[in-house]
Amino acid sequence: MVGIVGWGAYIPRYRIKLEEIAKIWGADAEAYRRGLQIYQKSVPGTDQDTATISVEAAKNAVTRAGIDPVDIGAVYVGSESHPYAVKPTGTVVAEALGATPDCHCADFEFACKAGSEGMFVALAEVKAGEMKYALAIGADTSQGAPGDALEYSASAGGAAFIMGADDLAAECLFTHSYMTDTPDFWRREHEYYPQHAGRFTGDPAYFKHIMGAGKAILEKSGMKPGDFAYAVFHQPNGKFPMKVGKMLGFEKEQLETGWLVPWLGNTYSGASPVGLTAILDVAKPGDLILMVSYGSGAGSDAFIWKTTERLKELQGLAPHTRDYLDKNQIYLDYGQYAKHRGKIIMNTG
Amino acid sequence: MPAGYTREIPQRYRLEAGKCKKCGAVHFPQRLACACGSKDTEPYVLPSTGKIATYSVVRVGPSDFMDLVPYVVAVVELDDGTKLTCQVADAAPEEVSVGTPVTLEFRKVNQVGGHGIIKYGYKAVLDRFVE
Repeated sequence: MVGIVGWGAYIPRYRIKLEEIAKIWGADAEAYRRGLQIYQKSVPGTDQDTATISVEAAKNAVTRAGIDPVDIGAVYVGSESHPYAVKPTGTVVAEALGATPDCHCADFEFACKAGSEGMFVALAEVKAGEMKYALAIGADTSQGAPGDALEYSASAGGAAFIMGADDLAAECLFTHSYMTDTPDFWRREHEYYPQHAGRFTGDPAYFKHIMGAGKAILEKSGMKPGDFAYAVFHQPNGKFPMKVGKMLGFEKEQLETGWLVPWLGNTYSGASPVGLTAILDVAKPGDLILMVSYGSGAGSDAFIWKTTERLKELQGLAPHTRDYLDKNQIYLDYGQYAKHRGKIIMNTG
Repeated sequence: MPAGYTREIPQRYRLEAGKCKKCGAVHFPQRLACACGSKDTEPYVLPSTGKIATYSVVRVGPSDFMDLVPYVVAVVELDDGTKLTCQVADAAPEEVSVGTPVTLEFRKVNQVGGHGIIKYGYKAVLDRFVE
């Protein structure tokens, strides 16, 4: 029996409203809001990146788990915005937690499913008996090209999970991965912004892979959508996760708790993992949760979690994801946002 | 440079201090010898919460921090009484006052140009969860 021993999220305080971005590019804000179902998105501080977000999320996970960080045998950080092209993010995170030096470490990349990849491998390491605990993180400070549709959604945040075999808050009952070579979204070496294939990112990409993974794990488990208290899917915009949830047979009430994207934006590798933390914050013991990530390129990782009696003891030990999302935001105008995201060319000499 | 930065990781990343086994004095960063003359110290991790003891507003910053002005540099008194100096992040100067509760968060402190290493450490942030 393996699963989540502790979980934690972190979302920066800064936000920008969709109207503020649309105003700069002469776009129809209402059309974007209707199309994306996003009202605002999170923005990292100028002193925040994937490493700092990962550390804060992981500290919350360690606090909930109540473990000594030296017992963490692996640190996996999934992101498409690692601060260095060459040098791991995971070493920074492991040092900050005090998990070094007897620790395995890897940075994962698979567009928006890099976080769930880390979760998948961390669970397998613990299940194999290789280590007592493994830490998996999905975090991003994602970038969208100025004026592109992605600029209205690409946001910042992350989630961390300590996987273990004892004292579980949620047991992992089943996993399933579904993957094909589908070039719907990419960023070439040395390019600053990603590119995407417009509508091709929908049916042949997002929906095909989430449906593939979702149907397969339901068949593997013998479970029906009605058995679940909650379901959370990758959320690049507000529409897609609600639509794919309904296509799989879930009701709105099962999807709403983990559906954060209208107020958070798309945290890429953090998207479905942060949604899962919001669910764990409020779930009851014995609840079943379906999580399906999606990463362009393309693939989905599906997990079925069953919460335990211990969940209740841990929920209040660290800040809730909704508190990070809803309390005391700092709103930026586009000029401040451009500075935060490094879009202004500076003299460096 | 990377060597000096690496040596400082325990204090900058994990708030690792030293405590004198003889007189109980806390040294941050850790010292080889205590003011009492003892060289017998043990590792001690500082608490990450405290309050602003005093502060100054920087309006003309050094080149590494010019994008942050105006920003606050504060002496923070941690819950165990230890005092340290750090920046206050995510806060306008008018939000900061003596006695304001703060938490230390992991942040980028500066970086060596656009191509060098990124230096991480602690900064104080105000309590973001108050109603």
